[in-house]
Amino acid sequence: MSAPSLKFASEFRDPAAAKVLLAAIARKADAIGATRAKPVHIMEICGGHTHSIFRYGLDKLIHDGVEFIHGPGCPVCVLPMARVDECVEIAEKPGVIFTTFGDAMRVPGHRKSLIQAKSAGADIRMVYSPLDALELARRNPGREVVFFGLGFETTTPSTALSIQQAAREGLTNFSVFCNHITVPEPIKALLDDPDMTLDGFIGPGHVSMVIGIHPYDFIAADYGKPIVVAGFEPTDLLQSVLMVLTQIAEGRAAVENQYGRVVPEHGNPVSLAAIADVYERRPSFEWRGLGEIDASGLRIRLRYAAFDAEEKFGIGYATGRRNVPEMEGCACGSVMIGKLKPTQCPQFGKGCSPEMPLGALMVSSEGACAAYWQYAGAREAAE
Amino acid sequence: MALRDTHVTMAHGGGGRAMRDLIDEVFTSVFQPPGSEDQARLMDAALQQPGARLAFTTDSFVVTPLEFPGGDIGKLAVCGTVNDLAVGGARPLWLSAAFIIEEGCEIALLRRIVASMAAEAALAGVRIVTGDTKVVDRGKGDAVFITTAGVGVIPPGVDIGAQHIRPGDAVIVNGVLGDHGATILAARGDLALSVDLLSDCAGLGHLMQAVLAAAPGLRAARDCTRGGLASALNEMAAEAGIAVELEETALPLRAEVAGVCELLGLDPLYLANEGRLVLFCPAEQAEAALAAMRALPEGEGACIIGRANTGTPGRVTLRTAFGGARLVDMLVGEQLPRIC
Amino acid sequence: MCLGIPGKIIAITDAARLMAMAEVSGVRREVNVACVAGNDLEALVGAWTLIHVGFAMSLIDEDEAARTLEALRDLGEAQEALEQMAAADEALA
Repeated sequence: MSAPSLKFASEFRDPAAAKVLLAAIARKADAIGATRAKPVHIMEICGGHTHSIFRYGLDKLIHDGVEFIHGPGCPVCVLPMARVDECVEIAEKPGVIFTTFGDAMRVPGHRKSLIQAKSAGADIRMVYSPLDALELARRNPGREVVFFGLGFETTTPSTALSIQQAAREGLTNFSVFCNHITVPEPIKALLDDPDMTLDGFIGPGHVSMVIGIHPYDFIAADYGKPIVVAGFEPTDLLQSVLMVLTQIAEGRAAVENQYGRVVPEHGNPVSLAAIADVYERRPSFEWRGLGEIDASGLRIRLRYAAFDAEEKFGIGYATGRRNVPEMEGCACGSVMIGKLKPTQCPQFGKGCSPEMPLGALMVSSEGACAAYWQYAGAREAAE
Repeated sequence: MALRDTHVTMAHGGGGRAMRDLIDEVFTSVFQPPGSEDQARLMDAALQQPGARLAFTTDSFVVTPLEFPGGDIGKLAVCGTVNDLAVGGARPLWLSAAFIIEEGCEIALLRRIVASMAAEAALAGVRIVTGDTKVVDRGKGDAVFITTAGVGVIPPGVDIGAQHIRPGDAVIVNGVLGDHGATILAARGDLALSVDLLSDCAGLGHLMQAVLAAAPGLRAARDCTRGGLASALNEMAAEAGIAVELEETALPLRAEVAGVCELLGLDPLYLANEGRLVLFCPAEQAEAALAAMRALPEGEGACIIGRANTGTPGRVTLRTAFGGARLVDMLVGEQLPRIC
Repeated sequence: MCLGIPGKIIAITDAARLMAMAEVSGVRREVNVACVAGNDLEALVGAWTLIHVGFAMSLIDEDEAARTLEALRDLGEAQEALEQMAAADEALA
């Protein structure tokens, strides 16, 4: 029996091509002297890439001298607990229909996760698209529909376009709780961190289809590290690793685009225009594990204040800062930026497991801990 | 016809004439149970055979929507109960069906559900012999909930169960995976997907009998309902104390189901099936088992998808098309569509 | 959030709201095409796009896709050639 063929996806899952790439990677890794003891550290920034790596077992198949450092590109994982608490607070207000992507529903808050709030009676609904939330608002004029706008630049435009559509229609019962964040800033924060040893980057493919490849120029120009923007299929990832290693072997540092079939060099003009129209950068934003990073989070502009849940409900950054400490013992921050492997977190498999997660990395389908647990059989090490 | 109502009211649950009329016209005239007492009084010669055992199961059905492409809650109820018996090596005999109906439920809908049940029961060779009806206030139910119990006979000499599974046994399924789960997801409407898929809901009693006849050394069987194939395998592997390795390239999947999974970020191994079983069979009898299954419509897609082996007990792994390996774990909570 | 899947636009459903029907392996869902619509919406029909949370976000460049696959094939051939040379060397040694 053969697996069904998905055009523009299946061709990039070809095991024969993967074998060839793995062999080429091995030769290149040997040529630059990378070994298990002294590996090349390549950070895949995006959680979707982390997921692919583990789903296809690439970490086990790849040459010993290549080590993947799992980066902070999982928007659920970097959500501080305070934001989850604020989601629950909004959802518990009378008349509110709180809509969210599925990934966010199980992340623990200080009191509850969204899924726990749902079972306690809050009207929380999972949606596939902000357009679905918009439709709920149209169909329920007597209810306040709030959409949890979560994600990096991949998802930011769709929320923006939805807000613009809501404005055009004059909807008064639709708002967005905006938690959109940007990729380049946390990468810079990581590169500035003296404890991080990174030799190269696998760049986020779908973020880049929105912002293009030039926002990463500083990585090569200022920090001298190669970055290859990659697709999500296994041969995309392997080809990108090969391109990074090739740059290292040749002593180059440049921004390269492996995912040219989807990523245009300058990004998507409509998306970028919508983002500029609807959002502005917050002076700073709190990231789980990275603390406050300047200009890394987006908020809805004043002209669209009617669609800003923070304004409507007087919550979050609208009221000033609220300091909610993370769960004790939770090392999500360190794991998420690659300082610790999931198995090195003292809670892994003990105080923290998928059934009873302490932090977002165990719950989010892209979190490194969830991936290790689910795919890599790492729990035996913990048990 | 005494029943003129179009919708169920509280009176239909009151125990009086209205209830009598509902039961007679909608249920008993179609199911035709033997006798009219509160209990069915039954015997089957097979039960009296020395060494024969009674198999007894119960199940509840709460699916939404009630009617979906390829079936309805009634078809699900009969097939699900029949299958629970069949995977134990039993010949299903009799079912009970208890209905909890929400005030306001369309009687025409009830008639359609009952007709489905009668049709499935006839196909499976079982009789629905007793039942119950309750009506709850509007808002206290989801139109219709059905609870069944099923009774069957396990012939002497038939003893299948997870504890019999041995390393080396072939893992076999009877067809493509995930059709029911994907159909229901699409039918629920909130994800706004449209796809030409039908639920795989089917009674597997005859299939099991055929397999048992062709491969008498059959070790164990289970149906892959909630939690999908992955959950059934994890349970069986844990009970048996063996490991299972699946071959990714061998997993049968319809293109549309793959499409739904890709779009939503779901894993087809966890999608519900309502007409699929997974069985463990000694390697040397696998071909015979497959041949017997493929001769029936509900088994035409039968294939080997993996093997039991001597790895870590209870562990289910998948060998990817790349030759890599990954764990196939028990589902945690509900499978939520992934955006990332 | 990264889960994007290539899908084909098969019809325009609401030109005013820039909505179209996309198909992925037999599954159909209405998507917003604001990001990929040029001046002529109908020209989108038959195009392959990257779909993410109900929006077609990028047109798939079929030539680029072909080029990427060709690069992989070339690598495969180069590898084969290398292996043949290595085998030949061994035979001579």
